[in-house]
Amino acid sequence: MRSIRWLAVLPFIGLIIGPFFVNRPTPFVLGLPFLLAWIVAWILLTSLIMAVIYWFDPANQEDAN
Amino acid sequence: MNVALLFIAAAALLALGVGFLARRGKDMDLEQWTVGGRGFGALFVFLLMAGEIYTTFTFLGGSGFAYGKGAPAYYILCYGTLAYVISYFMLPPIWRYATENGLYSQSDFFVRKYASSTLGVVVSLVGIVALVPYLVLQLKGLGIIVEIAAYGAISSTLAIWIGAAIVAAYVMVSGVHGSAWTSVAKDAMILVIVVFLGLYLPYRYYGGLGPMFEAIEQAKPGFTALSPHGNSLWWFASTVLLTALGFYMWPHTFGSIYTAKAARVIRKNAIVLPLYQLILLFVFFVGFAATLQVPGLSGPDIDLALFKLSAKTFDPWFVGVIGATGVLTALVPGSMILMAAATLLANNLYRVADASADDVRVSRLAKLLVPVLALIAVGFTLRGGQTIVALLLMGYSLVTQLFPALVLSLARHNVATREGAVAGILAGVATVVVIGLTGVSMKSLFPWLPAAVQDINVGIIALAVNFAVLIGVSLATRLAAEGASSIFGQARHTQH
Repeated sequence: MRSIRWLAVLPFIGLIIGPFFVNRPTPFVLGLPFLLAWIVAWILLTSLIMAVIYWFDPANQEDAN
Repeated sequence: MNVALLFIAAAALLALGVGFLARRGKDMDLEQWTVGGRGFGALFVFLLMAGEIYTTFTFLGGSGFAYGKGAPAYYILCYGTLAYVISYFMLPPIWRYATENGLYSQSDFFVRKYASSTLGVVVSLVGIVALVPYLVLQLKGLGIIVEIAAYGAISSTLAIWIGAAIVAAYVMVSGVHGSAWTSVAKDAMILVIVVFLGLYLPYRYYGGLGPMFEAIEQAKPGFTALSPHGNSLWWFASTVLLTALGFYMWPHTFGSIYTAKAARVIRKNAIVLPLYQLILLFVFFVGFAATLQVPGLSGPDIDLALFKLSAKTFDPWFVGVIGATGVLTALVPGSMILMAAATLLANNLYRVADASADDVRVSRLAKLLVPVLALIAVGFTLRGGQTIVALLLMGYSLVTQLFPALVLSLARHNVATREGAVAGILAGVATVVVIGLTGVSMKSLFPWLPAAVQDINVGIIALAVNFAVLIGVSLATRLAAEGASSIFGQARHTQH
């Protein structure tokens, strides 16, 4: 399951390339300007992605032993 | 003595007291002092890393940036998040190597990996030169906070002297243990204060977040998205990338990796730290709320936005509480920076000059250097004008130059040689200095490029120069070495 680590590429796409496509103040999402809402969503997703990687990464089982 | 001042004084005393208590029951040798005996669990490593991230720069600078520039401030949220993603992969091998080899500082890592004390000296010098403006910035922020929050009862000069004395004292006595325990107090306070301000101020002045952003969009259309020029999308993307790579290259941040008990501690933090970053969102809300409420601040004064709006809104006692929090955001990172700089000087410069120095002598010297460095920083703080932010950005560009040599050294087969690493770092640093002193931009260097691409952060150029020189020199030294050994081999061959 080491290949699960490739998921870590996604936050870079979302936060560095993503803004090129969502750089606009409207529509507001939950009161936030669109670009800011996009970034906040990706931060939440990043945490989730890192949790998934942590869960499946064999390195963490190796360290425990 | 006014009531706000009381709270600020209490915070300073708390920091001092906690710092002194933290050393109890520990023999303060170099290992305990600088890397906490390598015994910190997830919570302390988390707080140390977070403690260095939430500095006066984010507290005052983050809100001020949102106030003065709007959307470009979002970059602070992005680069931290991406740095934590990188940390999951990059930090555990660094931690393992450092623990196995008993390393204390960032330079030790380079010295051991490349078997070169010259490289260690170069890395130490880059680190120290980058750290001084960072420390100056903390002290300057401290001065601003105390002067405003105390309603002028204490001048910023006096506040800077007192703050520097407190940090120096507790760093000398309890080292990284003091920083870790003070972080607990600081992070608890900043969490409560910032979330409260970020929710209350938009509600109080606009009736909520949505109405606030609508009001801003009406008054300043496009303020909450990136503009087509200047701090544009290209500026945003390149700055996020550059600062995400440089994030863990700061000597004090690098050093906090060594305090971890296990690699899993570091990986686990990579899950939680992005969420913790979201506190910054509330800092931005404060800045955005201030945009239409306390207009008119410009230039370096935008950093005052949070306190100007707070002073307009709240009673003095509460301004004091906010001021106390701000003081802690300056003291904790200040202590980490001070300790990292002292360790670098004693362990990586003095020890190279005097090979006979033992750990006891190096440890004593490191502690003696703390007040000296604090004094130097105070000197710069009181003398320096507006160039400090420019110096900080220069500091970031400087430490990022360590990234290529570091990341290549983690590979099983390192393509970089010690000569390549030294040449690359020097070339990158030289580029940063030349760009910094001459003020050239992408626009003046590449006038034929499309306007959007010209907004790219110039630090990227320095990094590219660094990488190209590193690879070129490494290949050259490798070829030369192979040439020598094949000639040597032939000579041996003919002897037989």
